Amino acid sequence: MILALSGKEVAAELEQNFPGSVVESGENSILVKSESVFAIAEYLKNTPELDFSYLTHISAVDYYNYFELVYQLISIQHKHSLVIKTRCYDRQNPVIPSVVKLWRGADFQEREIYDLMGVSFEGHPNLKRIALWQGFEGHPLRKDYL
Amino acid sequence: MEVDIVTPKHIYSDEDLDRTEGQAIEALKKSATEIIPDPDRWLEEELERNILLTSLDSILNWARRSSLWPAICFPACCAFEFIAANASRFDLSRFGMEILRASPRQADLMVTAGTLTWKMAPQVKRIYEQMAEPKWVIAMGACGISGGIFRSSYNVVPGYNHIVPVDVYVPGCPPRPEALIYGIRMLHSKISQRRNIEG
Repeated sequence: MILALSGKEVAAELEQNFPGSVVESGENSILVKSESVFAIAEYLKNTPELDFSYLTHISAVDYYNYFELVYQLISIQHKHSLVIKTRCYDRQNPVIPSVVKLWRGADFQEREIYDLMGVSFEGHPNLKRIALWQGFEGHPLRKDYL
Repeated sequence: MEVDIVTPKHIYSDEDLDRTEGQAIEALKKSATEIIPDPDRWLEEELERNILLTSLDSILNWARRSSLWPAICFPACCAFEFIAANASRFDLSRFGMEILRASPRQADLMVTAGTLTWKMAPQVKRIYEQMAEPKWVIAMGACGISGGIFRSSYNVVPGYNHIVPVDVYVPGCPPRPEALIYGIRMLHSKISQRRNIEG
């Protein structure tokens, strides 16, 4: 059975190591600043007590004013999970740091988010459309598409 | 000679392939606005004028309709009903069509089992063009006929008849194997009215 870690406890630990990076923390999730996503993800993966070795999935949500990205993490060794969220307020050119260097499974998911939601990932090795073809106009899963 | 793994030098680069693919899809999408009419529509007129078939025609038509070999081109979920129809319970080998051909050059029939996206459309058109004449198409399921519930989507072809000429439409979401077999029987009767010899 996988135990969901309390967001508040992990957020306190993150706040010690990365001051000012945590925006908000609840029982279920931690909301962090988009600039510090990669550093926090690296810390969560490489700290032996946390050891989040597996990224289940990334999802992107369009809340009209901002895009929210949700990272679902699991530690296979410790059998616990955590949800990290981040927000991007720039609607014209949203950019989020890529986590492909940490979890290779993020590769296609970030490409899919780029394709359908239009969020660019800084540091992605091969950021291009995956489900639609090159030359397609717009990003269809955005709320303002058509 | 060492192989450069970091920057592979193909004849076409990945960017070229992506651009060519995108251009082909856009061109097909622009050209496929009209519904392609059924080429065998003249059959109904001919029957009204009571034109009889020769005995050679009937032998050719009997041979053709008794061994319709479907091409393997099943983009989505209607394929499972086709598989069910092909399996032992409904047993399409009764009609001599138990062999599914992986090569479209050996196939007569295309059963369009499933939703077709614009990205897949050039490949389906290519499979149809590779099939040898004479060839027939059964549009199976709501998506095959009109795009179904995905008709207004940004990436779904609103019916296979925009891409290839369709002979028989089998409605349903998905159609039961009985319905598909009824459609195949309708196609049989259509083939049996075909005139192969002019004169």
